[in-house]
Amino acid sequence: MISLTIPIPKRPTHPTGIWNWLTTIDHKRIGILYGVTAFILFLTGGIEALYMRAQLATPEAEIVSPEVFNQLFTMHGTTMIFLAIMPMGTAFFNYIIPLQIGARDVAFPRLNAFSYWTFLAGAIMLKSSWFLGGAPNAGWFGYAPITGVPYNPGHGIDFWILSLQILGIASLAAAFNFVVTIINMRAPGMSLMRMPLFTWMTFVTSLLLILAFPVITVALIELMFDRFYGANFFVPAAGASPLLWQHLFWIFGHPEVYILILPAMGIISEIIPTFSKKPLFGYPVVVLSGVVIAFMGWMVWSHHMFTVGLGPVANSVFALTTMAIAVPTGVKIFSWMGTMWRGSIHFSTAMLFSVGFVALFIIGGLSGVMHSSAASDAQQQDTYFIVAHLHYVLFGGSIMALLAAVYYWFPKITGRLMSESIGKINFWLTFIAMNLTFFPMHFTGLDGMPRRIYTYGTEMGWDLWNAVASMGAFLLAASILVFMHNVVRSYRKGEISGSDPWDGRTLEWSISSPPPEYNFAEIPVVETRDPFWAQKRDSVATARVGGGSGEGEHDIHMPQPSYWPLVVSIGLLIGGYGLIYNVAVAVVGGAIALIAVYAWSFEPVNEPEEH
Amino acid sequence: MLEAGADPHGENSEHTTTGLNHRKLLMWAFLGSDCMFFGTLIGTYLVSKGRSLVGPYAVDVFDIPVTSVSTFVLLMSSMSMVLAYAALTRGSLKGFRIWIASTAIMGMTFLSFQVFEFYEFANHEVHFKCSTPISDLTEHERTFIDKCAGQDASHEVEEQHGLTPRTNLFGTTFFVLTGFHGAHVTLGVVWLLSLLFYSFRGGVTAKRNLDVDLAALYWHFVDVVWIVIFTVVYLFGVFPGF
Amino acid sequence: MSLFRHHPTRLVRLVPLLLVFIVAGCYPDHPQSTFDSTGPVAQSQLNLFYWIFWAAVFVFVTVQSALLYICLKFRRKPGDPDPEQTHGHNKLEIIWTVLPVILLAIVAVPTVLTIFDNANSPDPDGMHVNVVAHQWWWEFNYPGEDVKTSNELHIPVDEVVNVSLETKDVIHSFWIPKIAGKVDMVPGNSNKMWIKGEEIGIFHGQCAEFCGESHANMRFQVIVESRADFDAWVASEREPAVIPVEPLAKAGLDLFEGDAQCWSCHKVEGSSRSRGTKGPNLTHLSGRQYLGAGIVENSQTNLRNWLTSPNDLKPGNIMYRDAAVYNDPDKALSDSDISALVAYLRSLK
Repeated sequence: MISLTIPIPKRPTHPTGIWNWLTTIDHKRIGILYGVTAFILFLTGGIEALYMRAQLATPEAEIVSPEVFNQLFTMHGTTMIFLAIMPMGTAFFNYIIPLQIGARDVAFPRLNAFSYWTFLAGAIMLKSSWFLGGAPNAGWFGYAPITGVPYNPGHGIDFWILSLQILGIASLAAAFNFVVTIINMRAPGMSLMRMPLFTWMTFVTSLLLILAFPVITVALIELMFDRFYGANFFVPAAGASPLLWQHLFWIFGHPEVYILILPAMGIISEIIPTFSKKPLFGYPVVVLSGVVIAFMGWMVWSHHMFTVGLGPVANSVFALTTMAIAVPTGVKIFSWMGTMWRGSIHFSTAMLFSVGFVALFIIGGLSGVMHSSAASDAQQQDTYFIVAHLHYVLFGGSIMALLAAVYYWFPKITGRLMSESIGKINFWLTFIAMNLTFFPMHFTGLDGMPRRIYTYGTEMGWDLWNAVASMGAFLLAASILVFMHNVVRSYRKGEISGSDPWDGRTLEWSISSPPPEYNFAEIPVVETRDPFWAQKRDSVATARVGGGSGEGEHDIHMPQPSYWPLVVSIGLLIGGYGLIYNVAVAVVGGAIALIAVYAWSFEPVNEPEEH
Repeated sequence: MLEAGADPHGENSEHTTTGLNHRKLLMWAFLGSDCMFFGTLIGTYLVSKGRSLVGPYAVDVFDIPVTSVSTFVLLMSSMSMVLAYAALTRGSLKGFRIWIASTAIMGMTFLSFQVFEFYEFANHEVHFKCSTPISDLTEHERTFIDKCAGQDASHEVEEQHGLTPRTNLFGTTFFVLTGFHGAHVTLGVVWLLSLLFYSFRGGVTAKRNLDVDLAALYWHFVDVVWIVIFTVVYLFGVFPGF
Repeated sequence: MSLFRHHPTRLVRLVPLLLVFIVAGCYPDHPQSTFDSTGPVAQSQLNLFYWIFWAAVFVFVTVQSALLYICLKFRRKPGDPDPEQTHGHNKLEIIWTVLPVILLAIVAVPTVLTIFDNANSPDPDGMHVNVVAHQWWWEFNYPGEDVKTSNELHIPVDEVVNVSLETKDVIHSFWIPKIAGKVDMVPGNSNKMWIKGEEIGIFHGQCAEFCGESHANMRFQVIVESRADFDAWVASEREPAVIPVEPLAKAGLDLFEGDAQCWSCHKVEGSSRSRGTKGPNLTHLSGRQYLGAGIVENSQTNLRNWLTSPNDLKPGNIMYRDAAVYNDPDKALSDSDISALVAYLRSLK
């Protein structure tokens, strides 16, 4: 209790400027921080990809060394999954969920700030490995025993282990927060089956995260004990089975795939109804299929391990469960098409990206069914065919949906519309470049090109399609530049959007753009699905949904900013570096984090106000 | 968890959709997550069981009566925790303090047993008489049988051969699993003591009992995890019939 | 969408283009193409692939055309009223749940059959080969024939060969695209597979599981030959190496067994001193067609380059890392040393 006697510094009160951003606990600002940071990290992951594509564009190229190439694909995968797609999803969870459920903030605003800063700490830690003796080089999957000290004496893997644990803390904290927020902070009348689909999928994603991340955390802790303290978890010489790592990794890893794609499906399920002017077709079934996908996601992990020798029985079982997962996925796709059927479809850029998502996701889904067939997968596993599949799902799926989300919610966040004409160039360029990059990988894969090779001979016959894929990759980079141009231009001088530019259906469109700090002056009462649409179309209904005029604004107490979340995260970051370089530093980092947690615990949400 | 102490004035008046307090919900979510955490550690232990290439093994080091005592103490601490919460909601702050202190003390007793046990394992000695029939020796003891060569039957073999996380797969999985449980208990003890001190500052009262409620949830969870560990690791490890 | 607004037919024209695009991706004549199987395992996998592929094409064409039709048909026109707010259609939803189930069953049955077919060797008592993977080369042991060789697998045509797969270090994966799909080699966990080559020729294989710096350079060749050729090869492999008489090669042997310390890692049967198992067995090195685990042709020049700077050919290789002649400047090989070693190694027919 010593900390109680330490004079706690004054509460931060900066209304603007850098200090405000550092101490903010407003879910909207944290959402923006998440989005901007994740996008910058997405660019770094993209640059890593471009280096690889440059190296593979021609046979026997010498643009990067094999060692650097291995670091590149490890960092590209880890970055895109943990530092780009997941936090971009979290950015929208943060910004949009409270607005969609009619809440003023998330359940734990300071925990939310802590999630962001800890995510940033993890990102800094992982990315700094490039400048501190080399990045991790064993792939994002880090199969034992190649991550062991005998095969990997450098610090790269240590950075990977520690940064992923820090990122895990951040993701878990955010997931706890969203689960509680969605269960407990819905506006009156918003029953579970009236929740917007994006909120539903965020909820399911967060539950998956809560259950999946401890598994990888334990696996990483075990690997850490092996590397730092000479333990034997994954050491074959001590009798350990390196397959344990693969099981643990994929028991986490497959739910993780759904953690990446379910938010995207939620986004699409918002945009397609809005621009078709129809409610989501088969809402209960779409919700259910999302839940079923999440549930079944726990029963398919060994399809990543069809070639490790689990035997024909296990391979058959996992082949069947994997195929079964195509059913709820198909239901979702048909429901989106059913929503558009007899709709009044307006092809805004957001809608184009959403339809692009559906079209590309079908391809990714079908190639997924192809390698769910374990016997046929023996030819596809660890080839470029898999690379093609996963990019159709993660780029064609997640990234396309996230770009759609930016076009859709940008006016809500900034109050300005993004340029539709640039947007259309952006979409078609992305769509074409994406196919140009990843479709040829199906060919090279079936032509026997393994993944993760830094070079190949011209006699293999893989030159042409690798060159095409590389060209596509650079075109894809150009499309991202177009996107960035559009964001910056529209942020500066985009057309003023008003509160409801798309004739929206859900609560976030009922309040001004950008929303006031407290979101809703009066908490709305919800009586139906798509409450805002119902209110707009039903002249009899009393206007119970809406931001109101801001009357009574003075009585709304918003939680106040805090330093402590930032300080805890800094403590974790110092602790992480300390574990690699110097235990004393780790102790200092741990102490900083601990003291800050205590200070945070005893800091009230609001300082008593003087009236 | 991290929001402990937040909004101490309105903890029960806050409006929520389900009527459950945010922090209570958070605690349940956290415990669900922690289940997976321990589940994975126990899974690792089970997968690695029987794969160690050298001793000592579970049968060589475990002392079931001693660990049973510490298990019993931890079980009793859960009861004590229930009594603390009951006393608090009854309005007896004094009773609360007595019972929460006893819970913390029992927690510390459990930890002392664990420290003692770890120390004993790390300094484990192989000790047997050369007259013992080979079938009565454990697999680990048999690896020292050549020490009897040229000795008469009354000779006693005494070899220091401790168990650490580095010794073998059993040591690795055992120490990390029980060590993380011990860390959970330690955190719980710190939390209980914090509540005890907090009660002297007016932070815990009959009406403001949520912090105690959450600590109790956590404490019972940690207790249940230990029962699983005690069964799976200790009992299954020593009695082949299990 | 403006591109297609006035010319929806343009998209239709894209369909044959797409098919051409797809067909353009199959190159049966490429060394590692999975479209030209020459063994029953790869053939069953290819059959399964085609089966699923055409099912997928059917779904692809149906669903994408429906999507395209919807996109073109239900575009908003100025002045359109709000569409009817339909919430769902039970019968339709049941249909599109059941249809995929049927389609998946069609795929699932042959999948399971093929999995079990390929798991069990049709002739478990037949020929046996132990494959041991190392960073970054392959060891092939024939226990029945008493032959040990590296990086080139000889098998008799039309005979079942039972393969057991092991690794000395990290995880690797054994893959000969034209003969059989891959099976991993996991430390402490021996895997089994069976292969059969039905065509005489040289087939290319490659490690398919990431295994470190030179993962890309861990290749091998499978030489499928007639039983007579195979027996002749076995007979010649079982002969110890001939002690060279030519002076340069003789000097090379002295180096090999002496200062260069090649013997500590490499075995040459018939050489009294050499005993190593850390590197490939070199007894009949010059009988092989490729060097460095299938990466370059086995020629005088390439052998010389390899000995001069192994790291150029195979970055990260263990010989370059651990051998004194490469990491200790005082013990480095001179040009004439290399000439002698090349002469010796070329004599190992």
